[in-house]
Formats: sequence, structure tokens, C-alpha cells
Amino acid sequence: MNNLLVANSISKQFGNFTALNNVSINIPEGSIFGLLGPNGAGKTTLIRIINQITAPDTGTVLFNNESLNSNHIKDIGYLPEERGLYPKMKIGEQAIYLAQLKGMDRQSARSELKKWFDKFEISDWWNKKVTELSKGMAQKVQFIVTVLHKPKLLIFDEPFSGFDPINANLIKDEILQLNKDGATVIFSTHRMESVEELCEYITLINKSNKILDGKLDDIKRNFKTNTFEIAVNSLESQVLKKELESKYQTMTPTFRTIGDNLRMNIKLKSNQSSDELINLLNKNSKLIHFKEVVPTANEIFINSVEND
Amino acid sequence: MGNFTLITSREYLNKITNKTFILSTLLTPLFIAGIFLLIGWLTSVNNESVKNISVVDNTGYIYEKLNSSGTIKYELLGDFSIDEAREISNAKSDYALLYINDFESPKAIADSIKFISEDATLTVINNIESQLENILTNENFKINNIDINQINKRKVYVDLSQETFEGEKTTKADGLIKLIFGFILGMMLYMFIFIYGSMIMMSVIEEKTNRIIEIVISSVKPFQSMTGKIVGVSLAGLTQFVMWGILISVFSSLFSYFFGITTTYENTELILNASEDSEISSAALGMISAFMNLPLLNIMIAFVFYFLGGYLLYSSIFAAIGAAVDNQTDAQQFLMPITIILIVALYVGMLTVPEDPNGIVAQIFSFIPLTSPVVMMMRIPHGVPLFEQILSLLILFVSVILVIWIAAKIYRIGILMYGKKPSYKELIKWLKY
Repeated sequence: MNNLLVANSISKQFGNFTALNNVSINIPEGSIFGLLGPNGAGKTTLIRIINQITAPDTGTVLFNNESLNSNHIKDIGYLPEERGLYPKMKIGEQAIYLAQLKGMDRQSARSELKKWFDKFEISDWWNKKVTELSKGMAQKVQFIVTVLHKPKLLIFDEPFSGFDPINANLIKDEILQLNKDGATVIFSTHRMESVEELCEYITLINKSNKILDGKLDDIKRNFKTNTFEIAVNSLESQVLKKELESKYQTMTPTFRTIGDNLRMNIKLKSNQSSDELINLLNKNSKLIHFKEVVPTANEIFINSVEND
Repeated sequence: MGNFTLITSREYLNKITNKTFILSTLLTPLFIAGIFLLIGWLTSVNNESVKNISVVDNTGYIYEKLNSSGTIKYELLGDFSIDEAREISNAKSDYALLYINDFESPKAIADSIKFISEDATLTVINNIESQLENILTNENFKINNIDINQINKRKVYVDLSQETFEGEKTTKADGLIKLIFGFILGMMLYMFIFIYGSMIMMSVIEEKTNRIIEIVISSVKPFQSMTGKIVGVSLAGLTQFVMWGILISVFSSLFSYFFGITTTYENTELILNASEDSEISSAALGMISAFMNLPLLNIMIAFVFYFLGGYLLYSSIFAAIGAAVDNQTDAQQFLMPITIILIVALYVGMLTVPEDPNGIVAQIFSFIPLTSPVVMMMRIPHGVPLFEQILSLLILFVSVILVIWIAAKIYRIGILMYGKKPSYKELIKWLKY
């Protein structure tokens, strides 16, 4: 698959502080790419390098197989985490201004904006000033300005902060639609449930170094511990419990079910198969719950960062 | 270039449509014209009030020779003793009472004249004294059979014709005109730098605190964003200056039309009056010729360059300060040294230029780029050698390039730095990023 953006061995120093140390990422075209990491890991620096706000000390960035240059500015839409608008300028006017900075002409900026404003049902905000809007309303305008010029690459830094659940959902659907229409999305967030929901690929940066990257599914496969949640309703539950404890490594359950009288987590060794376990459980009991424990993005994040 | 124009025009339009900006554009000339009006009104009130001076003349020849000029009116009181005259004059609420005793010699008369008044001004007293002097001197000549006409005919008047070593004609008024003109130019530069420099700073702080800046510089280079801002605000400043110039004259003439008070004394009027009041008109003529004697072309060209250089130098510093801090309070620490340097420039100009425009102190300060625009503008009306001006401009513009480069570096880093106020040490560190 073609990579829309390739960053090779990016390093960036600020005085004695290393913001990025030899970080490489590949962002496949058309993907939704999660850029994850704790606060201060270097995500924003990497995003700023992609946006040509700062230049890397060493390393190269390729956009669409070309060395990143000022022509690519119009192909990128960036919604920073710390974002704002001019408080004293009318919404419509400043949206046009920001679109013009991205290379759109006035006419098409205006007609595209009208479309988006209609879509979000905010047309009557056109002549309002930002000071008259709530934070969430201003965020909507910022979102529109980010995507207005139909960039190939969209970079969202915490896009859902400040939105109520309904509007967060609206924005999420718009992002998915844009992705479906061909835009590649970089998504930087601490909200792991949205990573889980949206991202196909992730990269985890910690203390200026990349510690993990790849397809989210592959990463999950690597991180799973062969642990299963089981729950049965058994006539001789104490006997079964003893048997399971002698054969397997058992743990306290991390889930809830109803109608069972034996519930636990079981970790299989590499020479033990899940079929055997199911057969054993089915022998004298009614199987109520059987599920492999797959690590969540949240667990992967915490584990990787803590073990780094 | 497209983005630069966009930023400049946004900045410009945003400034000139700002309510405070519009108000100050309209109200400042109104205020200044109002002050002119007030001054004009006060002087006219002052001039219109007639000063009645009662005269008791025991000599019989002095009163008839006293000229009641404009606001001073002499009135013969008749034959009274000094105490009676004092009471009568006081009862009439006269401006003053002039009591002249009769003696044989004019000298004795002069010694005995009494002038009684609450608060006579120096000009009135001078006027009366010179009139009495003339009258009594003439009388004295007459007594001693000296022909005044003969004396006047033979009197020799001296008005030194001055010129410089380069052969240019100068007059007494020249020095004053040069001083005033230079001071006005220096002051204008100083004001422009401060008003619009800090406006640039505020604009940068605004973009930074509203967090719009990261969106902007993901589309344009920080350097473009900074220079666009500087040019946009400067154009707004020029607009305001021009508007002030137009509005002050409009308001002044409107006021004088509606209130019938002249707020400005027309030079032509004074020239026409030359024959009537030769002292004033010759001074006015002197002023005009002194003005024409100024190296006007040199002043104009130098003003444009020093204005441009000085303004660019300071406004880039202001932009960098705006980028380095989060709010106006933090900016004070960095503004302080700038303010001090500019005030020093102003004082050096005011204190050393009148004494010696080409003295060593004035010379040194007109080579230092931070002070040269103000000091040079004060010196140039007095005449500064061309090579000195060129050298000083060269230093200024090299510094401008250097300072813009440094400011751009600080700007680039500073606009994305939030939180604590940076120290000078950190600012220097930013230059190396």
C-alpha cells in the first residue's frame, strides 16, 4: 500500500531537551492513524514538523513520495489541540481568511463554507463574533476550517475535547466520512475508546522515542496473554474448581455474568489449547460465558509506557 | 507573497474597523481642535477686555500724546489730588491710575510719576514706560533746543546680516525654527514608534493568547506572519496619522466658522499688516524665511529613511516581545529598556542639540541605531554633513536587518511557548534553536 506520509529517523532537540529521538513513521494512504503517547512525549513536535511549523534537526519527511515542501501546506489540514479564533472578527469572515491562507480563493471558500454551515445548521452564525459563541460552537467552526480545503491529510489533535457527546459523535461521523472519501487521518488523542473505535494503525511515542507501532489488530494479537474469561453453572462446582486450579493458572474474574456458580479467568500455557478447556467445562456443567481476553488500546498504552 | 498580502490586509482592516481605533481617530483631532479653540477663545477674550487707565496730568502735555492703543484706553481724570484720584479710579474699577506731577525738568517728572494698579501685566507696564520715555525725552530735547528730526535722521540702525561659512544666509529666527522643527520631527517619530509599536505587540499577544497562531503558522511561515503584521499595523497607523492631519484642519476651520474665532494666525495676514505693526510682521517674516532656509529636501529625504528604519527596528522588537510573553503585564519587563533608550534619545536630542548640534555627544548618539532616528531628526535642520547621514543610515539599516532576523527567531519559538515568562537567557537560547 502506498504511504501518504513517511517520516524517516526524525530527531529534534530544543537546547538540551530532546523532543524526538530518531522517530520513524509510515502513514498508509487512506488510513486512520493514531499517534499516541503520554503528555510531553513529543507528539505535538512531530505534528508540527509534519505541518512545517518547525523543521527537524535530522531526518526527512516525504509527502506523497515527495520531499515535504511549502506546496504541501494546502494538502494538509491541521486542528491543533490548543485552538482558537479571532475574538473580534466575524465567524464567516475569519473562516474565509483562514481558508485563503490555505490557498483557496475567496469565492470557492465562501461557497464551500456555506455548504458546511448548512450541514452543521449554523448558517445564522456567519455574522456573529466568536465571543458570542460557546466553546463547543467555536470548535465546530474550527473543525470546518480544518477540513474546508479538502486536504489529503487531516491531522486532529484531541478533536473531541470541548464537545458534548452528541456533537462529538457528529464530528466523529464527519471524520469517518472524510476518510471514506479518501482523506488520510492522523489522530492524536488520549481518549483510548476513540482510538479503539477509529484507528487502523497506531504509533506510540514515549519520552521522545517510538516504542510501538503497527496495525492495531496485530499489536493486540502480540499483546494478548492467552487468557480466557469463563463462567459455568456446574452441579459440582467445587470439584470443577479444584480440577481447573490444578491444571491451569487461574485468576480472579474480571467480568460479571448472571446465572453462574463458578466464574474465573484462566491463563493457558503455550502447550494448552482452548478446545481442551471448553471440553472440560462442557463435561458436567452448563457453559455460560467463554471469551478470550483481548487487551484494549488503553491496556496496551499503559503497559507499554510503564514497561518502557 | 499572496499570504503576506492576506495577512497585511486582514491586520489593516481589522485595525481600522476596530471601535477603539475609530474613536481615537475621530476624538483625538476633536480634542486637539477643541484645545486650539479654547486657546483662541481665551486669547480673544483677553484681548477684547479694554484696560481703562485713568490719568491725572498736571503737566498738561503728556496726556494728549499718550496713544490709546487697542486694549489700553487712557482717560483724563481732571485736577485731583493723588488720594482723591485713587478713590475715584478705584470706584470706577479702573485697570490702573497714572498720576503725573508737574516739575520743571522732564527728569524730575519721570521720577515722580505714580502708577497704581492691582495686577498690571509686564506688557502693559512696558508699553506705558516706553511711551512716557518717548514723550519726556522729546520734551527734554525741546527744552535743550535739540532738533529731534536731526537726531532721527542721523541715527544709525544695525541689523547684522548673518550667514554660514558655506555662504547660506541665516537670521536670528533660524536657530529657533531649527530647534522647534527638529524637535517636532523627533517627537513625531518617538510617538509613532510607541503608539503603533505597542499596537503590533498587542496584536501578536492577541493571536497568541487566543491560540489562533498555531492554525495561522500551519499555513504561513512565522516570518510572513510577523512582517505582515508589522506592515498591516503600520499602514493602519499611517492612515490614522493622515486622518488626524485632515480632521484637525477640518475641525479647526469648522470651529472657527461656527464660533467666529480664529484658531490659527495666518502668515499672509501678518505680512499684509507689515506696515502697521512692523515689529510683529518682521518677526513673522523672519520665521518664514528661516523656515525656507532649512535644508528642506534633506530633511524630507532623511525623515523618510529614518522613519522607516527606526520604525522597522523598534516594531520588530515589539513583535518579538509580544511573541515572547503571554500577556501585557509580562511585557513590561521587556518594554522598560526600550522605553528608557527612546527617552534617552529624546533627552540627548533636547539637551545637546541646542547647545552644539555637531558636538561629540550628539554625534555618537546619531550613530547608535536605537537612538539615531530621533537624534538625527533633531540635528538635521541644523545641517549635518552628508557622509555622516549616510554612515548613520547604513548602520541603521544593517541593524534593522539584524534585528528583524533576531526578532523572527524569537517570534518563531515564542508564539508557541505558553506558561512562564522567559528570561533574557532563555531568549538568547531560542536564537540557537
